[in-house]
Amino acid sequence: MTHSTKAFYWMAVPALLLFVVLHTIPVVTGMFFSLTDYAGYGKWNFVGLQNYVSLFKDDRVLASYGFTFLFAITATVIVNVLALGIAMLLNARIKFRTAFRGIFFIPNVLAVLIIGYVFNFIFSNSLPLLGQSLGLDWLSTSILANKDLAWLGIVAVSAWQSIAFSVILYLAGLQTIPAELYEAAGLDGASYWRQFSSITFPMIGAFFTINMVLALKGFLQAFDQIVALTNGGPGTSTESVAMVIFRGGFQGGEFGYQMANSVVYLLVIVAVSVIQLRTLQRKEADF
Amino acid sequence: MTTTTETASSARSVTPARGLRRRGRLSDRVNWPLTALAAVLALTVLIPLYLTVITALKTPDQLGGSGFEWPSRVRLENFSDAWNLTNFPRALLNSAIVTVGAVVLTILSNSLVAYAIARNLHKRFFKFLYYFFVAALFVPFPIIMLPATKETALLGLDNPVGLFLLYTVYGLSFNVFVYTAFIRSIPRELEEAATMDGASTWGIFRRIIFPLLTPMNATVGILTCLWAWNDFLLPLVILSDPATRTLPLAQYVFQSQFNTNYTVAFASYLMALAPLLLVYLFAQRWVISGVMRGSIK
Repeated sequence: MTHSTKAFYWMAVPALLLFVVLHTIPVVTGMFFSLTDYAGYGKWNFVGLQNYVSLFKDDRVLASYGFTFLFAITATVIVNVLALGIAMLLNARIKFRTAFRGIFFIPNVLAVLIIGYVFNFIFSNSLPLLGQSLGLDWLSTSILANKDLAWLGIVAVSAWQSIAFSVILYLAGLQTIPAELYEAAGLDGASYWRQFSSITFPMIGAFFTINMVLALKGFLQAFDQIVALTNGGPGTSTESVAMVIFRGGFQGGEFGYQMANSVVYLLVIVAVSVIQLRTLQRKEADF
Repeated sequence: MTTTTETASSARSVTPARGLRRRGRLSDRVNWPLTALAAVLALTVLIPLYLTVITALKTPDQLGGSGFEWPSRVRLENFSDAWNLTNFPRALLNSAIVTVGAVVLTILSNSLVAYAIARNLHKRFFKFLYYFFVAALFVPFPIIMLPATKETALLGLDNPVGLFLLYTVYGLSFNVFVYTAFIRSIPRELEEAATMDGASTWGIFRRIIFPLLTPMNATVGILTCLWAWNDFLLPLVILSDPATRTLPLAQYVFQSQFNTNYTVAFASYLMALAPLLLVYLFAQRWVISGVMRGSIK
């Protein structure tokens, strides 16, 4: 018996060792350096909570939080509405169902960075021509070069790429609903909307929660698609938090300062996730 | 006597089910308007891909229009130019090393620790380990990218090996979560019987548990593969030697050096997207069912 217990401890060693070295130690050293003026090289001094105080006075940092949340929440809502719609479409009695399902998943096997480059070309070359011929002012120049609209281009590409994954999760959820429920509702003369709100949605509650949490968490880390589309521009109007950490930390000599930013962002993400899980799960239980 | 009653009752229970199915078949008629809608929506996925392919085939002077025009003259040199400028074979090899390394190491180490956790959750150490790992779900990579990059450089891991070690670690939270749930649904009787026969814990894992985990291994493998192959931020910050660039990183470098050379760039994008896209086209059903399985657990 002791022999087998010992074996279990040994089984945990490889993963635990890797995890401590490459995850726990960076987290701890990062928190430590957030209290210093370390530039990423050379000497450093303790500055206490000075970095944290400066963060809240830094317009560029505050703007990046504003942009990231506006982008992440918009994209999460769009992705979930469209993905649920497409999943229901794929679950309906349509022809070539498997082929369509296969096509809708394609964006998920493609690199976001490269997709971003392709859409960059569409936004800066194809859409302005369309805008000009339709006489739409806002579309007749590249929306990525427009301070007020660039973020929508990023939302569009992010949604295009992530809907694929959400559709599959929703489809898995829809397939757990027994067909008999719909047959009974149909016999009772329930409308499509009634069937959706009383059967479909409550039955896939858990999948809705998972999808919302995963999508928001993914979008809060946005980096690749922004590099490919606007590189944070025009100006710094589409800089995400991840991008500010990257630029300040690696190129701006702000290692300690950006670690303070990271710690704050970690707390924000934990808070958002907990709130999201609580409210969504309460909803789930209500049905 | 018992057999006849059983057959009788089972025959009776079959009839209504059959009736239901027949009624179901009436409404089985294909819904053509919805099929048309699905086709239109599918175009939003296919059109950008179409654009990528035709742009990669064009000569630079054909780029004037909206970009959707069919190429009047095909320039295949775009591909050979892109091949040389991005050192495609090297980048492909690097991506392959990172992805295969990440998938193999992830499946082996994560399933192993999940087995130890799933069978010992009543013990304080393993319970702590479980929450310790799962809590990391809340720590996205950008938050630790600065210290992680510093540390990998110090340890001499600023190369493809370091990269796949990092993927193994950053996938651990989610994978331990799904593996543990799956292993706990496997009845212990099998293992108890094997212990009676003198099998060791390691032997039980290798000969009984790991084979039973095959569907979960497929799910974890597919998700890890998609992630490691397509990721950009980790290779960008971790890799120091240009010779170790992965495919997405090579596109980034190419883009910043030749940003106006659209036709060659698109040929390069197409070559970078093609390997996984081709694998997907052939293994489509398997990939999708793998992803679905991960969500139901």
